[in-house]
Amino acid sequence: MDTLREVLQEADGDLLSWGVQCAAAERFGLSVAAVEEEALSLGLLPARYRRNRETISVRQQLTLFRSRVAVVGCGGLGGYVIEELARLGVGTLVAVDPDRFEEHNLNRQILSSIAALGRPKAEVAAERVRAVNPAVTLVPVTTPFAPGDGAACLDGATVVVDAVDSVPGRLALCEACARRGVPLVHGAIAGWYGQVTTEFPGDGTVAALYGVAETDRGEERRLGNPSFTPAVVASLQAAEVCKLLLGVGQPLRRRALILNLLDMSVEEIPFDG
Amino acid sequence: MQVTIRLFASFRVGRFVEETRDLPPDASVADVVRALEIPAEAIGMIMLDRRHAPLEQRLHDGARLALFPLLGGG
Repeated sequence: MDTLREVLQEADGDLLSWGVQCAAAERFGLSVAAVEEEALSLGLLPARYRRNRETISVRQQLTLFRSRVAVVGCGGLGGYVIEELARLGVGTLVAVDPDRFEEHNLNRQILSSIAALGRPKAEVAAERVRAVNPAVTLVPVTTPFAPGDGAACLDGATVVVDAVDSVPGRLALCEACARRGVPLVHGAIAGWYGQVTTEFPGDGTVAALYGVAETDRGEERRLGNPSFTPAVVASLQAAEVCKLLLGVGQPLRRRALILNLLDMSVEEIPFDG
Repeated sequence: MQVTIRLFASFRVGRFVEETRDLPPDASVADVVRALEIPAEAIGMIMLDRRHAPLEQRLHDGARLALFPLLGGG
């Protein structure tokens, strides 16, 4: 009897079509994820990633597949981050959010829809990922992130995404990441404005951005958030995650980008001390 | 004394991007914030000469002050 490896090696060229991936999974009683990992380790690229390949090699695609990223918050930022990381092919995503979709989310949260109103955001995220890229495992966590036992959702993650909507929540997440020695990709939005930075343990960048904060929430309480601001900031966060997982490029470390979509300007703020 | 003030994001609306102002010698960051009618609770970060500073920090001649709003939305 043919082995999975033999079947995959008979693939036409170095691309593995979705049909062959599904057929191999069924024939060998495996998940499509297991077939994807075997294919990538043989140098075969699932055809869905064909447009990645000049940017991300097959070997790098395998690294992404074997990665685990925790996304804390599945609202405006988190929804887009999950969508982009799933399409990118990050193998395991942990989506953390205790909230359910409400009508006022529909203006900007990509995972929200009429059908999803009243449903837990993290569970909707899992369904979305199954529909878009079934080789990606999304672990929904519907209990809130909290220091101590509530930080177990970060276990095994090599990168954590801050898509939280409160200042104390962000600072607690930052501390938990520092204790675990994992980098945190921070993003925050309000109205036409956003900020992004990548914090490595001990950098203190996020704490500095909220250094004189006296309240739990910021300008978003007054300005709200339109559709495009979370999409822009989340995409920058997803690019940072990709780079950190692959160890390529220059991370946004000890510097923050302040985005102003009203004036269409991006300013880099260095953090010297 | 002369202090150059740079505002970011929502703080620019109805104000300016950067302006140099003549201030009394004992002026603090809080005095600037008050003069600009920025609510203190709207501020996330203050940088004075590229270093983090508290609201009560005294300014000096030639100082460069940057005020960043608190952006907290997810």
